[in-house]
Amino acid sequence: MSLTVLTVDDSRAMRDMLRHSLTAAGFRVVQAEDGLHGLEVLATETPDVIVTDINMPRMDGFGFIQAVRQDEARRATPVLVLTTEVDTEKKNRARAAGATGWIVKPFDPTKLVDAIRRVAA
Amino acid sequence: MEDPMAAIRVTFFQECDEQLAELENGLLAMQDGTAEAETVNAVFRAVHSMKGGAGIFALDALVRFAHVFETALDKVRSGMLAASPPVVAVFLRAADLLADLVRAARDGLPADETRIAEMTQELSRAGGAGDTNEPAHAPRGEAEASEPGKPLLQIWHIRFTPHAELYAKANEAAVLLRELRQLGQARVTLDSSRLPDLPDIDPEGAYLSWEIELESARTEKEIRDIFEFVEEDCELEIITSSQGFAPGEVITGDNGFKFEFFGPPEEAADHGGEEREAETEPEQHGPAARPPSAIPDVSPPLPPPPPAAPAPSPLSAAGKSERAGVTIRVELDRVDRMVDLMGELVINEAMLTQNIVESGLAHSSKLAMTLESLETLTREIQDSVMAIRAQPVRSVFQRMPRLVREVAAMTGKQVRLVTEGEATEVDKTVIERISDPLTHMIRNAIDHGLESPEARLAAGKPPEGTVRLTALHRSGRIVLEVEDDGAGIDRARVRQKAVEKGLIDPAAQLSDEETDNLIFLPGFSTAAAVSDISGRGVGMDVVRQSVQALGGRISIASRPGRGSTFTLSLPLTLAVMDGMVVSTHGHTLIIPLSAIVETLKPRAEDVFPLDAESNLLASRGCYVPMVDTASCLGYGVSPAAPEDCVALLVEGEGGGRTVLLVDAIHGQRQVVIKSLEANYRAVPGIAAATVMGDGQVALIVDVDAAIRVAGAASASRTAAPKIMELQERAA
Amino acid sequence: MTSSEGKQDGKELIAFRVGRQEFCIDVMLVREIRGWTEVTALPRVPAYVKGVMNLRGAVLPIIDLGIRLGMPGAEPTARHVIIVVQLEQRQVGILVDAVSDILTVSDTLIQPVPDVTSTLVKSFVKGLLAVEGRMVSLIEVESLLPAAELEPA
Repeated sequence: MSLTVLTVDDSRAMRDMLRHSLTAAGFRVVQAEDGLHGLEVLATETPDVIVTDINMPRMDGFGFIQAVRQDEARRATPVLVLTTEVDTEKKNRARAAGATGWIVKPFDPTKLVDAIRRVAA
Repeated sequence: MEDPMAAIRVTFFQECDEQLAELENGLLAMQDGTAEAETVNAVFRAVHSMKGGAGIFALDALVRFAHVFETALDKVRSGMLAASPPVVAVFLRAADLLADLVRAARDGLPADETRIAEMTQELSRAGGAGDTNEPAHAPRGEAEASEPGKPLLQIWHIRFTPHAELYAKANEAAVLLRELRQLGQARVTLDSSRLPDLPDIDPEGAYLSWEIELESARTEKEIRDIFEFVEEDCELEIITSSQGFAPGEVITGDNGFKFEFFGPPEEAADHGGEEREAETEPEQHGPAARPPSAIPDVSPPLPPPPPAAPAPSPLSAAGKSERAGVTIRVELDRVDRMVDLMGELVINEAMLTQNIVESGLAHSSKLAMTLESLETLTREIQDSVMAIRAQPVRSVFQRMPRLVREVAAMTGKQVRLVTEGEATEVDKTVIERISDPLTHMIRNAIDHGLESPEARLAAGKPPEGTVRLTALHRSGRIVLEVEDDGAGIDRARVRQKAVEKGLIDPAAQLSDEETDNLIFLPGFSTAAAVSDISGRGVGMDVVRQSVQALGGRISIASRPGRGSTFTLSLPLTLAVMDGMVVSTHGHTLIIPLSAIVETLKPRAEDVFPLDAESNLLASRGCYVPMVDTASCLGYGVSPAAPEDCVALLVEGEGGGRTVLLVDAIHGQRQVVIKSLEANYRAVPGIAAATVMGDGQVALIVDVDAAIRVAGAASASRTAAPKIMELQERAA
Repeated sequence: MTSSEGKQDGKELIAFRVGRQEFCIDVMLVREIRGWTEVTALPRVPAYVKGVMNLRGAVLPIIDLGIRLGMPGAEPTARHVIIVVQLEQRQVGILVDAVSDILTVSDTLIQPVPDVTSTLVKSFVKGLLAVEGRMVSLIEVESLLPAAELEPA
């Protein structure tokens, strides 16, 4: 049974890239274009791992992670932040919001796949 | 299929074009002083996003300059730098350079390093340049990790004490420990000395510590990296004896780690279930609850982490975030309940009004005024309640550019998508259901509407076709238009197909509009034109049905050689509407106010009999068919004489007009829409029902259906067009 | 049905009169019983659909059982009764003359409908009961409503 990964990123190229890398690794990938869209997707999907961007329109990654963590059923879902941000303050905000991990773009696909495999079942 | 990376690269550059446009528009708005905070965010995001994408393809110059630019923009965003006109002017020039760099990267040309250097200087002078020495991706951990390490085995003593918050963020002590093991030989010892007696255990507390003795050639930094993301949620001591640190010396973590988080999947998966189940039974946290193989050489076997304390940190974090302060999440059920109650309130208010009118007290001024303010309040509450459910159509529109590109690629056509009115708001239930029809309409516009680039050039048009997607509010409805500048509908062929399929009589005389709308007939599918894109088992008839199920209409207007416009009109909400209360042959009916053009009392001299059964009304230069409302709906009554009736001139979505004759008009009312389908089924000519002030059910007329029925009735008796120019008969 | 396993014989039926005939339905289907009030007529519906009425904010269709079973319909008065039944997601009101009895019977007492019965009745009656010398027909409630996807002629 393949793992389901929700990727939340407003960049199509990044989404395509993630889909490509993650499906090649045998994951089932569901995608959202921003935090709000991500929450909509979560209404019907139960991903094993969430990978989210930070800078997004409508609802950014911080808001998205907080919303995910406030949902009883999603409290234990690992959320990895995938971002170009290197700012410590941002990283701390993500941490405070309840993120599980922080990965800086550009990512190495094999490392990302590895990270996802290890935080999820 | 081609190389997926190549396809992603194409997407990236397409996206860059969109982001460059957004960047420019945003900067222009900033220049005009019309920018809102969100504009600045969008500008920042555009550059940020390009930087992220460029990183995938190692477009170093682009990444580098985007980073400098982004840093400057971030200062504006955070209020550290004012967006004065000179600053914005520099930004605009920086945007031009960024566009050139994108183009160079796409064409595989070298970047203009001189200009990058100059513009970096200029941004710096403008006061906004970032620390240009800071690498774009700042792979700090990596940089340090890759520095020539000493391949010297050392013994590291690590003490790791997770706080409850660590578990609340779905981190796992066991996962971190396993990762640690990958750095070398590890001996892990559990310290459960802080575990209180059973009655004193806080189910969400964290009581366990681990002592790890690690034999590894790795640096302290590399070890610390493993804990990077949890460093604030735990106590971590790392000491090496061979480096001469005094035992017991505490090295507190700084923030310069790059996160790499690895752990056995089965453990993370267990985590969620266990932390909740194990609330009051800490003893059950023993080794048996874990797969013993998870951390094989841990001694004693690693117990699961103590129960997490999930609530506090997200909540307190929410308080810190500016976003969390302005929105709250509410279960949809609660909002729906409020919408229901609001409906009851509207009905009760109507009942109260009716009772007061019946008691003859309506004109006693105090009561009338109180009632009036109650009415106003009710309306305001209702608008507020409905606004909670309102969302901009943006979320749907945002999916369309990609669709357009895909369909364009499949059909070999060149398409530019223009969208307008993305901020137009509509009820959530409506939003959810417009995506499919819209998708189909856009597919259809590209596949059937637009010509190939060659054909367009031959017709004297630019090779790139335009599809325009517009949303706007019009008379209490949301109108979505999909307009293409293609060839328009081939009416001769549509007509021929319709005849071949037996949908129309070969002798039928149809107006252009009627011909165009044949494509919505069930069973109409121009088989020759069925393609992968439009022919996925869905015809326009299905689209029309799904739209009608929502109380919507769809119509098409086509101009040969110049294109077609599909117009989709939907109610803003599926909960309430404004209606005119009328009575006809003893039946009380509601006519949607949005459809009524005017009400009038027909004068005998304006009524022209068309044949024994139908009449036309001369109105503003046109002859409009008149129908007795009750008889047209099929109540089985004989039509009343038009002179004895009140007339409502109504207009359908397709622009068709009809006069509905009723006995009397009882005024306007806001009505709560009740479905007939919920307990019964759809009734032709009836859109829905409502409950009136007296508790009786009244039916809401589907005006378009009534117009169709009226049109069909007159068409079946005569070939006369529904509307004739008055001039023709005036002679 | 799991809840009634311990009590096989305890099937409760509500009996009512239409004209001179007596019918019954499973009491579990009944949501409420109320007096007749004026309904709003629907156009283009079969004659047995009397119209719709407001049931606490919901629009409830009313089926005239007599007409549905091929009998002449009566002009309903305030003494007539509407039995509101739950059919899966839908609620429907059934217009009858009066409620006559609550019966507790076992399935074994329900006899099959003889072949001689008219096809119209047979499509709605799924069994016959003999109760103190009276014949009570068990109604198949699900078949009373017109099929949802069927357009009226």
